[in-house]
Amino acid sequence: MSEEKTDLLDVQIDGVWHKFPKGTRMIEACKQAGVEVPHYCYHPKLTSPGNCRMCLVEMGMPPRPAPGAEPAEPDEDGHLPISWMPRPVIACANTIGPNMGIKTTGPLTEGCREGVMELLLANHPLDCPICDQAGECSLQEFSVEHGKGESRFREQKVKKPKNVEVGPRIRLDDERCIMCSRCVRFTDEIADDPVLGFTDRGSHTVLTVYPGRELANNYSMNTVDICPVGALTSNDFRFQMRVWFMKETNTIDVNCATGANTTVFTRQGKIYRITPRQNNDVNSDWMPDSHRLNFHWIESEARLTEPLVLDGDHHRPATWSEALTKSADKLSALKGSEIAVIASARMTNEELLITNRLVKHLDAGHVDTVPRIEENDGYLIAADRNPNTNGVKLILGLDDPGSQLDAIREGIEQGRIKGLIVLQENLVGDAGFSGELLGKLDFLLTTYPLANPTADLADVVLPGACWAEKSGTMINVTGRLQRLNKVVDGPGATLEPWEIVRDLIQATGGGNGIYAATDLFKQLAEQVSEFSGISWEQIGDLGLPLIETGETIPLIEREKERIASGLVVG
Amino acid sequence: MSRVIYKEGREPHPREHRVVFKNVDREGWDPSMDMYLSEGGYDQLKKALTLKPGEVTDEVKKAGLRGRGGAGFPAGVKWGFIPPTNEKPVYLICNADESEPGTFKDRYIIHQDPHQLIEGMAISCFAVGAHLAYIYIREEFPEGAQILEKAIEEAHKKGFLGKDIQGSGFDLEIYVHRGAGAYICGEETGLIESLEGKRPYPRIKPPYFPAAMGLYLCPTIVNNVETLCHVKHIMEIGSEKWSQTGKPNNTGTRILCVSGDVKKPGYYEVQVGHVTMGELINDICGGLKDGRELKAVIPGGSSAKVLRADEKFTIGRGDDAKEISIWDIPMDFDSLAACGSMAGSGGVIVIDDSRSISWVLNNINNFYAHESCGQCTPCREGSLWMKKITDRVVAGKASPADIDTLDSVARNIDGRTICAFGEASSWPTESFVEKFRDELVADTNPELEGVVVNAETFTAAANL
Repeated sequence: MSEEKTDLLDVQIDGVWHKFPKGTRMIEACKQAGVEVPHYCYHPKLTSPGNCRMCLVEMGMPPRPAPGAEPAEPDEDGHLPISWMPRPVIACANTIGPNMGIKTTGPLTEGCREGVMELLLANHPLDCPICDQAGECSLQEFSVEHGKGESRFREQKVKKPKNVEVGPRIRLDDERCIMCSRCVRFTDEIADDPVLGFTDRGSHTVLTVYPGRELANNYSMNTVDICPVGALTSNDFRFQMRVWFMKETNTIDVNCATGANTTVFTRQGKIYRITPRQNNDVNSDWMPDSHRLNFHWIESEARLTEPLVLDGDHHRPATWSEALTKSADKLSALKGSEIAVIASARMTNEELLITNRLVKHLDAGHVDTVPRIEENDGYLIAADRNPNTNGVKLILGLDDPGSQLDAIREGIEQGRIKGLIVLQENLVGDAGFSGELLGKLDFLLTTYPLANPTADLADVVLPGACWAEKSGTMINVTGRLQRLNKVVDGPGATLEPWEIVRDLIQATGGGNGIYAATDLFKQLAEQVSEFSGISWEQIGDLGLPLIETGETIPLIEREKERIASGLVVG
Repeated sequence: MSRVIYKEGREPHPREHRVVFKNVDREGWDPSMDMYLSEGGYDQLKKALTLKPGEVTDEVKKAGLRGRGGAGFPAGVKWGFIPPTNEKPVYLICNADESEPGTFKDRYIIHQDPHQLIEGMAISCFAVGAHLAYIYIREEFPEGAQILEKAIEEAHKKGFLGKDIQGSGFDLEIYVHRGAGAYICGEETGLIESLEGKRPYPRIKPPYFPAAMGLYLCPTIVNNVETLCHVKHIMEIGSEKWSQTGKPNNTGTRILCVSGDVKKPGYYEVQVGHVTMGELINDICGGLKDGRELKAVIPGGSSAKVLRADEKFTIGRGDDAKEISIWDIPMDFDSLAACGSMAGSGGVIVIDDSRSISWVLNNINNFYAHESCGQCTPCREGSLWMKKITDRVVAGKASPADIDTLDSVARNIDGRTICAFGEASSWPTESFVEKFRDELVADTNPELEGVVVNAETFTAAANL
């Protein structure tokens, strides 16, 4: 024992000895040992109030020698005997001690769990059939695993407020609430908007929002995610779909340069819900409401579902080959210096790589992207509302994206630029191009998921898949390479933007033979030094640091401080 | 010292030994500073200020003063838990949230002899190095709060509080903080949360032991009113002489508050362990009411486990072990613990044979269901459940199996909660079911086995 490092402690969990760093919470030690300790109130990103009592376990320490007595002798493996405590302890807030024993099975621990489950369900409405949480409810899960399976409660249940609007996006059912206080702690500790609290006492305790206030901050929906029961539900998702019917796809948020890791829940090609997915280097366990709700437009009636070509003064549907042939014809008639390409920092690295190839193939005189710089919200929303500006810089080689837009506008104005290819952007809406200006072009091609004023003026309009309908990689604000995964198929004849660009290159006489976004990633790894040696698989679900940007994510920095101070596990 | 004369009809019983309660009900006594000074008031503070803080603590340790609030933990040892490396401010809090049913001693100290408390606090603050102290007084004592405010003001004027007390260089401010009517604020970490302006949710221990991480996460000593008063007397007569009152490990005097079915309920300050339960009830309290027989005693506030009148108890160890009846239990910490209950807050509740045990238990369960703070699951849900079951027992709408459920609910609370309220709320049920199961079952109806009944309706019908 004396030889081992002092910061590693021996802990026996269910009879097996392990080593854990000093300061590890008992519940985390058990988790690392592959033993699940059921819990409701504990959340590694929040402080531990120890109020649910579900994580009570039997604990023991080496016996303290009586005064004058010799201390106990270690066994042949160097472990001291364990003197088990008669009272259970909570595993969530207590840290391990040297030679500690933890029993997650046995009459004491199991009795505690059964008792707590029975008490939690005593006044619970048991309305699972109409509860959104059913299927992902800790009460249901632990009830099956640790509960009695029957109720001895013969009294009338406590009546509490139901269907309470605590904020514009959140609804509360107080009867389902188990008072774990996760939401209260989240709004206080993470969102700095402590509007939730408890009133009344004992079994009549209710979760409530302070009088005259509402839970309206842009992170409010995270409370729904961390609510272990169906007390807090999302107005947006409420009653839309049973969770067990949905397919989960891991991907990333594209609403800003943070690139929050997400899980998108779908059924039969329709997105029902987006939730944050834990990534301690990017978004912790959280994401902004504005980002998670920004998906309903994907099903909009304004979606472009087939290529359109301008025929006289109106657009008519066309096949891909007709639209591409028309484009190629028009572009071939122009000199490279007469062509400008405006791509998007919402495009993936793979799309940007093939766009770069298009630019070179056409020898286009100008290339740029549309910048979107706003205020950093001090939490997770980066000032840069484009998800892949770092990819643009690295792959298109633009040092200052957006800086050439003026020159392009001037070129069009002066007739030097006659052809414009707009990839996944709406110039009239988002880049300050006037319709009048765009009218001066000989040829305008746009790709975009939705009908828009720029497309309205275009000679060729191509339906480009949106973020949920394509795969690729992006580089976030901190320089982390992350994977965007295809969640659903695009509607109609929609193609992924990289496919459109590939086909455009082919139509204009440049073959390449690329069949998948992963092929493009392989080329990236070969052609862009920062990517060298990285494989698609290696990026994994959590991404990996690719470049140094010197940028940080405020919420993540604060979380690091909280972890360092021992306040939270992290 | 002149002979102390008490108000007519309020004279202490000859078996009493008045120390802390010396001036309670005293003829011609008032809570003013002048009165207090006329009998050597604040002399002990002056004396303490000439000592080193550690010497004062040592005196309290040597005296063996055990906390009078409920847990009976040695005060000097508690003071010693302040980390020696501490660099943060230290706070002292006087717990005047006296809310354990059956306990009514601190209010008389506050009402009639507030300077005794302030002097005791000042000495204690000097000992632990606190320059800011609070008296957390329950909402139900508005007059007490005013009296304390006035006494603090007087002490300021005389230089016993404030900056550079009596030229010693020691600074101390004491503030009165009124509670808002919650039993849980008597739990020291709940009290601290309340003092910080939050809901009085008790803190988890570890890590929040007040002596290390208390008020504003600084070392904080929380002592009961009576305990802090004793500090003054320990300084006055010295730890050695003080500890000669009472019994070893159960030193000093303590105030027993006797309520219930005795002829003369009231407060009686006695040497710890020098009177037995029988002497307390029969001699000091004038005996049971005529024609009545003792059924049970709750010896240390309503949360203490009940003692049945015909029970046999074993006290002492080894060769000293002897079997005694309830009448012979010495009223001290260790003996009551040996009898399976506790001395607690000193609230002795006497129950005679006119009382229905179901009603008594229901009354207690009502209190704890109402006072559970609701923070942690077992106590929050269990205390109301127990109340609802006993509601039905009282209303005659329970089945014998409900008594088993009642007991098992209590055992699902006991030892599994954040604070000692779990035990406070479950021990009555556990002990009543253990000792009076026959009587509880007698109030049930076997035909109601498994029948779901609406408890609220029956409670209303029973006019509870």
